[in-house]
Amino acid sequence: MEKIRAVNLTKIFGSDPKLALALLSAGTGKDEIFNRTGQAVALSNVSFEVQAGEILVVMGLSGSGKSTLIRCINRLIEPTHGQVFIDGEDITNLAHHALLELRRQKFGMVFQHFALFPHRNLLHNVEFGLEIQHKDKAFRRDKARAALKSVGLDGWEEAMPHQLSGGMQQRVGLARALAVDPDILLMDEAFSALDPLIRGDMQNELISLQNRMKKTILFITHNLDEALKMGNRVVLMKNGQIVQVGTPEEIVTTPADDYVKRFVENVDKSKVLTAQSVLIPAGVVAYLDDTPRAVLEKMQSENLSDMLIIQRDNTLQGIVRQKSVEAAVSRGDKTITSMIDSDVPTVISSEPLTTLISILAKWPWQLPVVDEEYKLQGVVINTGILAALANEP
Amino acid sequence: MKEAFEIPKLPLDDWIDAGLDFLTEHFAFLTKSISKHLEEVIYFIIDGLMFFPPGIIIIIFTLIAWRLADSKVALLTVIGLCFLWNLRLWEPTIETLTLVLVATFIAVLIAIPMGILAALSKSAYRIIMPLMDLMQTMPAFVYLIPAIPFFGLGAVSAIFSTVIFAMPPAIRLTCLGIKQVPRELIEAADAFGSTKLQKLFKLQLPLAIPTIMAGINQTIMLALSMVVIAAMIGAGGLGSEVWRAIQRLQPGMGFQAGIAIVILAIILDRISQKVGQKNRHYSA
Ligand SMILES: Nc1ncnc2c1ncn2[C@@H]1O[C@H](COP(=O)(O)OP(=O)(O)OP(=O)(O)O)[C@@H](O)[C@H]1O
Ligand SMILES: [Mg+2]
Repeated sequence: MEKIRAVNLTKIFGSDPKLALALLSAGTGKDEIFNRTGQAVALSNVSFEVQAGEILVVMGLSGSGKSTLIRCINRLIEPTHGQVFIDGEDITNLAHHALLELRRQKFGMVFQHFALFPHRNLLHNVEFGLEIQHKDKAFRRDKARAALKSVGLDGWEEAMPHQLSGGMQQRVGLARALAVDPDILLMDEAFSALDPLIRGDMQNELISLQNRMKKTILFITHNLDEALKMGNRVVLMKNGQIVQVGTPEEIVTTPADDYVKRFVENVDKSKVLTAQSVLIPAGVVAYLDDTPRAVLEKMQSENLSDMLIIQRDNTLQGIVRQKSVEAAVSRGDKTITSMIDSDVPTVISSEPLTTLISILAKWPWQLPVVDEEYKLQGVVINTGILAALANEP
Repeated sequence: MKEAFEIPKLPLDDWIDAGLDFLTEHFAFLTKSISKHLEEVIYFIIDGLMFFPPGIIIIIFTLIAWRLADSKVALLTVIGLCFLWNLRLWEPTIETLTLVLVATFIAVLIAIPMGILAALSKSAYRIIMPLMDLMQTMPAFVYLIPAIPFFGLGAVSAIFSTVIFAMPPAIRLTCLGIKQVPRELIEAADAFGSTKLQKLFKLQLPLAIPTIMAGINQTIMLALSMVVIAAMIGAGGLGSEVWRAIQRLQPGMGFQAGIAIVILAIILDRISQKVGQKNRHYSA
């Protein structure tokens, strides 16, 4: 289900955006518009949608329009042109009170520099949204306590924001957004001000919260590693425009242009790429009902020292090695059942390369990739991983 | 010799007189009745404070200072007030204190809404701020003259002039305090769907309190600086002690009353400063 849809969002900062808008639709560039009219184009014709339950990450360098974009979604900034749909409803022309009501009901927002209220203790900070909604006190307290607890800050209700470290402050920021139980979380560089270790913790925590809560999250960052880690999909922005939209894997494997390619070069691909992208067909395999002699012939003709054994329906049984097959042939065995080493490590196709690498360090044979029913989908071999990391096709 | 092309003088003074005459004619009945009631209130307070022995009042004031500020300021208060009592200046001190606090109260009552208005509306800002400049730079004596036809001689005219003279810093700093609230915090409040009033009362005013208190502190100080001028139209109090000393050329008596004003100023200054500090929030 589609939760947020942005259609041709354009934002021009300045006193008279009309001319600039006309120039923009005539295809004039951002810099030229600024030189000719003094108006700053922050967003031009941005369209995308966010599915319910999805984390969509918007990533771009400083000044690419990310903050402007996220603020157009709840109209903290009024778009100059274009529309925003929330749950299918066009909110672009909502009257003031309807807009306030929409913000209260649907949105929670987390800010880069936390934006906690310095005169309120943590409990009162977290219950702010509910207070704005005129919820009664007992209800507010319960919700706020629960939200603080969900971010691991129970017992800190009475503390003041300035007494906390940055990481803790942002937990409060997150709790404050969660306390109103919003459908949509808007996070503008929420973790950018935190130091790397804390940042990693917060990322993991958000992911595990998300697995429980299934909110729709629009997450802004200028860090590609963070984008690839957090995003179900990633929107890449440059100069107020979208350059590419795709899953982390798509972005890394098929960058849309040189701009994206330059970003992707420095990414730790082993965390982003999955078995899927290095999977190769299993080639020649043996079947459970093959005789040892048949298996040995297959191995010899393919010049292999080991071979995967599957059932006719593709279910993986294990692996056999040349030596034991030769022994079985010389003994005159009728089946290969007793030769099968069924203790084969397997992975599923969404496993990241880091996991594959650590398995292959101890398993110098082909690594089978299976689905949930243990059906063989293909294999991963060392050289395939090396090629992928070296960005060789 | 009169020059042929002399530019005639603009009758600015006549215009102002005409304007004031018009206002006096139509509104004096109103201001006079306000004056009567306010005077009653003022003398009620003064009489009330004079009804009790000074010792009790000093203890009460010391406790208030201790509650609002701290033990140091309370100590200062008790020593200062005992000293004034000893100088046999108790009654004029009470009169001056009452006038200053009533004037400050009225000034703050007007200043805070004006400051809020100036902070939230650009056009209000453009009207109020030049007016503040005018009010502050105009010599304070000038306010005394029109005050008399409206409020008659005495304490109320003095309070009127004092309010006008002492109000600007409270307005300015209220406005400043509200405008100083970080944009990010305003944005956070907006993101949760706050109305303007919710933002004002839950965020802007609480965060502006230290700045507003600094404004009130300045208003109190300016009000105190008016006491001698106010004495010229019969406001009484320590100011009239000074004024009498000037007329009789008695420097000792003049300085004695002057020092009394300074002591009162220090006590009021420390108390109002501490109230502001106590409400200061760490910017997180
Ligand atoms: N209020 C404003 N007035 C004029 N120009 C603005 C305003 N806000 C943003 N801009 C301009 O719009 C462009 C996009 O700004 P925006 O803050 O959305 O970028 P960003 O991607 O969030 O950058 P950062 O990573 O630095 O936060 C910038 O060129 C900026 O200078
Ligand atoms: Mg930004």
